[in-house]
Amino acid sequence: MTTQLRSTAYPLNRRDVAARLVQSDPGLLVIAGLGSTAWDITAAGDRDLNFPLWGAMGGAITMGLGLALAQPDRRVLVITGDGETLMGMGSFATVALQAPGNLSICTFDNEHYGETGMQVTHTSSATDLAGVAAACGIAVTGTVHTEAELETALPVILAAPGPVYHVIKVKAEKLDFVLPPKDGVHLKDRFRKALLG
Amino acid sequence: MQLDWWKDIYTALKAADVRQVGYVPDAGHSALIEACLADDDMRTVVLTTEEEGISLLAGAWLGGQRGALLMQSSGVGNCINMMSLAATCQFPVPIFVTMRGLWREFNPWQKVMGQATNAHLTMAGFSTLTATMPEHVGALAGETLDTAYDGGQMSALLLHQCLVPVKTFGK
Ligand SMILES: Cc1ncc(C[n+]2csc(CCOP(=O)(O)OP(=O)(O)O)c2C)c(N)n1
Repeated sequence: MTTQLRSTAYPLNRRDVAARLVQSDPGLLVIAGLGSTAWDITAAGDRDLNFPLWGAMGGAITMGLGLALAQPDRRVLVITGDGETLMGMGSFATVALQAPGNLSICTFDNEHYGETGMQVTHTSSATDLAGVAAACGIAVTGTVHTEAELETALPVILAAPGPVYHVIKVKAEKLDFVLPPKDGVHLKDRFRKALLG
Repeated sequence: MQLDWWKDIYTALKAADVRQVGYVPDAGHSALIEACLADDDMRTVVLTTEEEGISLLAGAWLGGQRGALLMQSSGVGNCINMMSLAATCQFPVPIFVTMRGLWREFNPWQKVMGQATNAHLTMAGFSTLTATMPEHVGALAGETLDTAYDGGQMSALLLHQCLVPVKTFGK
């Protein structure tokens, strides 16, 4: 129970962090993992260059990798949950070997599977995802707990040579659903049209 | 046995302008993997599990690049839920599958997945072709890539175990 209490007291609000990331640059290419992070980026304003996943749990980071390799001159940001990250942890090794300089990955870590009823995840007391990423070979990693740490991390996330990975510890809370379009073909087509013309 | 059919897959990948090749190695794909690694116009991405390849190709397509995946039949089983991403959003995903468990298989642990690979792919929404003759591989590879990139579909070419030497683990 104490682990549940720990993350309910974290100061950072996931919707605020998402807005500051996604609104930083109209040209940013954003992929969000299923569930809460998809609602978070949508709450910051739905945009054609957002690709919010509604499934494919464990796939957000490698989707970002494929996009980053295809578009080396554009910044790609993956925002996903701790549960989603845990399901695809091998992706850190795959990303590290390719080392795309334009890829940033953020895990909004509320230490819970929020979408499915707030069951605790491995990060609540055992697993350090930034440590996992670093051990896999991601050169720039960090864990953000506070507003001051966030302010230091934002320019790194948005512009430092990648691959960059940050865990952002966010308050465990149930927020309103802000749903993006759920037609996958539409999400794909609008993204490609906005990016490729 | 003619063992250079892999060159016909490589030629088909080049003709289709494939730029990202994701794989978990299989002995049957080793020469093709080497050729892709040596090609400066191809990004060859070794995966920790085959399902990463499905989302990799989805991301590549979002960014305007074509990809293809190379895996062994057991790897198809690792991909099933991730394939729903490609099916739901109609991402083109061509996969070249070296088959195990079909023919003179030494390792019984390969049989369950190998014998069910075609059915799993079909249920996941793939159209499949099977190559049993080396001289057919090139045309079938081209067809697999066309189905993906002209038709916006998921397509797989199963490379029958009769195309590769029998693996006997030194016995
Ligand atoms: C393969 C698979 N397993 C389980 C689920 C159920 N599921 C949906 S969202 C989710 C939790 C996501 O947790 P996390 O990434 O931590 O996001 P949060 O909502 O906590 O931000 C789970 C387990 C699923 N969609 N797919």
